[in-house]
Amino acid sequence: MSTTATPTTPAAAGTPSSSTSPGTTGRGPRSPRRRTGRAAVRTNWPVTIVLLVCSLSVLVPLLISINMALKTSGQAVDGQAFSLPAPLTLESFTEAWELTNFPRALAMSAFITAVSVAGEIVISALAAYAIVRNWERRLFRWSFFYLLAAMFIPFPVVALPQVQLTGILHLDNPLGVAILHIVFSLAFNTMLFSAFMRSIPVELEESMRIDGASTWQTFWRLIFPLLAPMAATVGIFAFLGSWNDYMMPSLITSNPELQTLPVLQQMFQTQFSNSYNVAFASYLMAMAPAIIVYLFTQRWVISGLTQGAVK
Amino acid sequence: MSTITSPGTARTGRPRTDRRAGGSRRRTDPVYYLFLFPALAIFTLAVTVPAILGFAYSFTNSIGFGDWDLVGLRNYVSMVKDQGILSAYVFTIGFSLVTVIVVNAIAFLLALGLTARIRFAAALRTVFVLPMVISGIIIAFVFKFLFSNTLPAIAQSLGIASLSSSILADENLAWIAIVIVTAWSTIPSTMLIYLAGLVTIPGDVYEAASLDGASGFQQLRRITLPLVSGYIVINTILGFKNYLNAYDIIVGLTDGGPGTATRSVAMSIFKGFSGGDYGYQMANAAVFFLISIIIAVIQLRITRGRASFGA
Repeated sequence: MSTTATPTTPAAAGTPSSSTSPGTTGRGPRSPRRRTGRAAVRTNWPVTIVLLVCSLSVLVPLLISINMALKTSGQAVDGQAFSLPAPLTLESFTEAWELTNFPRALAMSAFITAVSVAGEIVISALAAYAIVRNWERRLFRWSFFYLLAAMFIPFPVVALPQVQLTGILHLDNPLGVAILHIVFSLAFNTMLFSAFMRSIPVELEESMRIDGASTWQTFWRLIFPLLAPMAATVGIFAFLGSWNDYMMPSLITSNPELQTLPVLQQMFQTQFSNSYNVAFASYLMAMAPAIIVYLFTQRWVISGLTQGAVK
Repeated sequence: MSTITSPGTARTGRPRTDRRAGGSRRRTDPVYYLFLFPALAIFTLAVTVPAILGFAYSFTNSIGFGDWDLVGLRNYVSMVKDQGILSAYVFTIGFSLVTVIVVNAIAFLLALGLTARIRFAAALRTVFVLPMVISGIIIAFVFKFLFSNTLPAIAQSLGIASLSSSILADENLAWIAIVIVTAWSTIPSTMLIYLAGLVTIPGDVYEAASLDGASGFQQLRRITLPLVSGYIVINTILGFKNYLNAYDIIVGLTDGGPGTATRSVAMSIFKGFSGGDYGYQMANAAVFFLISIIIAVIQLRITRGRASFGA
């Protein structure tokens, strides 16, 4: 179980998915069976076809979104998902841009996400390092279990007192949301980092300390760079979780001007419920950053999730 | 440097034997406390304090602000007779059960398919993972459009009377829509965990089995399923934990309606502010916390021994 935490794993598990040529990239999962050689060249067409059909269930909702977004308001109002846009127009994107005040909402989402990503990586890496290196001290061991308890506390249970508390502390804003994102993934991230850290040989550290480096320097110059693969995983999941979250910003942030992209999409359910084209254009603009990040970081997303699960 | 750790200590992290030998003589570098502090501080402030506050409020008649009186256990007693809250629990637990089963079955089949000798493996995997990076609330809005416009239109043209009106408006069917969208968005992560599990099964095992004349189905039942049982456990536990807190997708699809037919526990707790029964909903939160813990413990009990990780 713990062997998956070796520093090489993310790269090894990640290489198959660099997403360019389907032929070579698909080998990851099936490589063990390919070694048998006997039927390595024969393609299983029935399964391929079934999977291709299944993939429609993912693609069709997204394609319909694009289709609807390209229509004029006059055409979209009938709610026909399959009629093609005639004429084709991008006006709904500009309209959505203005309605949601896209630049401001994007800045809010980006701010929360950036603080969460940086905070989740740094705070849990620091804590994990302190805990792993001082495991024999009761305080550090208990701290670990204390933090782990968060995995069993569902957010809804503490949500209302949190809303009150953030209000009192003047954190009922994007910064407060980012802090909550950090807190609710603290347990999992600290667990990932400490499992990973246990696989780093202590000899490396000792030689650096003999050269006179302090704990602070050892961490930042040696340990933190070594954590990079795990930090990438933590960072990507921090990004996805933060970017896509609806529950926390909608409850915590009191000023609608400071609301994030996902929360703002609500306006198309209430005020503008018949402007389907504008609504879908807005949905697509809110989804796009996460999809783009995913397409570029696929291998980390895929290997990271499986690593986390085996812990 | 006073903090050089012995290799054994750092590697295993559980130095039961050499704790007394080395531990007491060494002093912990104060910097470690600094490393641990941010994590403990934000965790205490954002989880522990709200949890204690909330629990304390559950014995009051607070409405969220202003004066309140102690009411003892009255909140807990009246919860038992509250039809709204009881039905929220029934809905949430039933929904979680159905979704766990549906998601795991489909995710497992997809993972099996993706590890077969198929064409376009990388492209297919990219598509099947895609829903994981899309915001729950936004995809719920997209599906809301499909369920209330597209699906009825298709059903009408095919002459299926029972589906010709939106299933979101039918209090007996709305939950099915929620299961579908939740499955759409959570199958990818479950599938990736199964993929990780399937990769660990060596190819020669199947080779040997087919030489002995085992059919594909027998191989699945006698080899694949037992060897991935640990991953089934992980997926069930993680899934249940997720679905019990269901919020974003339900808000986006039905907002708890029609009536209160699809109101989850999280939603009923959040109504504590708008509904002016803050203290009462804190009692609800405390009970919800207890039930989450009980379910987690039951799951661990049932699966203990069956999970074969190192295998």
